[in-house]
Amino acid sequence: MKKISNALWSLASLVSIGSAALAASSEADFKSAYARADAAEQEAGHLRNQWLAAEAALADARKAAAKQDFETAIAAAKEAEALAKASIFQTTSEKEAWKNLEIH
Amino acid sequence: MRFWLTILAVAALSMAHPTHAADSIDPAADARAFRNYFVEKFPNVKLDDFANGPYSLNEDMRRQWEGKEQFPPYEFSLEAGKELFAKPFANGKHYADCFAEQGIGVRQNYPQFDGKSGQVITLELALNQCRETNGEKAISYTGDDMAALTAYMAFTSRGKPFDIKVPDDPRALEAYENGKRYFYTRRGQLNFSCATCHVQNPGERLRAEVLAPALGILNALPIYRSEWGGMGTTSRRFVSCNSQVRGVPLEPQAEEYRDLEYFLSYVSNGLPISGPGSRP
Repeated sequence: MKKISNALWSLASLVSIGSAALAASSEADFKSAYARADAAEQEAGHLRNQWLAAEAALADARKAAAKQDFETAIAAAKEAEALAKASIFQTTSEKEAWKNLEIH
Repeated sequence: MRFWLTILAVAALSMAHPTHAADSIDPAADARAFRNYFVEKFPNVKLDDFANGPYSLNEDMRRQWEGKEQFPPYEFSLEAGKELFAKPFANGKHYADCFAEQGIGVRQNYPQFDGKSGQVITLELALNQCRETNGEKAISYTGDDMAALTAYMAFTSRGKPFDIKVPDDPRALEAYENGKRYFYTRRGQLNFSCATCHVQNPGERLRAEVLAPALGILNALPIYRSEWGGMGTTSRRFVSCNSQVRGVPLEPQAEEYRDLEYFLSYVSNGLPISGPGSRP
């Protein structure tokens, strides 16, 4: 009986250590994903062409992270990064493309 | 052989010339092309009528607007603007002391290019510069007081044609060109430029709204907008346009917005001031 109890205790400890490591890893992943998104959004800001949806996704990421919901937070940060990069692409391509709309 | 080389060189130079001409900044040519585009697109609209925005393009809306003008929704703002304009600052001076003609009938001359600062000075910016010069705090560019003041100044200028100058100064030409670029550049998640709505689709509906033509689009500003339930300045209009295409708006009176106003006002030269206006 004591052997079983010890085994269960060991298993519980392993699970606990494992989930702590998983949580730590998720938080680290979030921080990394958020940093990438934030950098892209700052670049969009420097180019004076940020999108409302990118700002909203960044805010969602922060909210989810504050609730320790790192899965949602990472997904929102990735979405924000994609949107910010799209706005940067738009700015870059419009450097010349705007002339196509010009009235001559 | 030398003869043919010369012919080739001359041909190459003559081909290069149009490209150079296209790249140069020519506000007068732009304004002509801009006006021609709308006149050809809407041959039944009288030129001056473009200053009335969507009402120049839609009969039903025009009738409703004419009815509304009996008791215009901007009237309270106009009265408030008249009072604000006449109220002395703490130092005893007035807004009138900051403007030519005491600020009466001068709306059509704004924006102006200021050679000293190298900046475009809009009427809204000039009003706040006036306040600050006289020791007062600046007021919000999107707020009711700014709308009221500009409504009064526009009202005293009604019928006067826009007379915007782009001096032969590289900084003025650059500001004009920046405004033009901003107008045609797609932005926001919807990938719209100002021109997408106001050049390509004036007269068409965007949900319940009839899109105004870009020619004369600022002549009626500031406007009472039913959608806003109140008055709005040019700054407010630009900010809300950027938001509508799902872009983060710039700060009111940002250099880009002032340059945009400079461009749009210049290409509407000759069209009468019709503000303050009202829109659905």
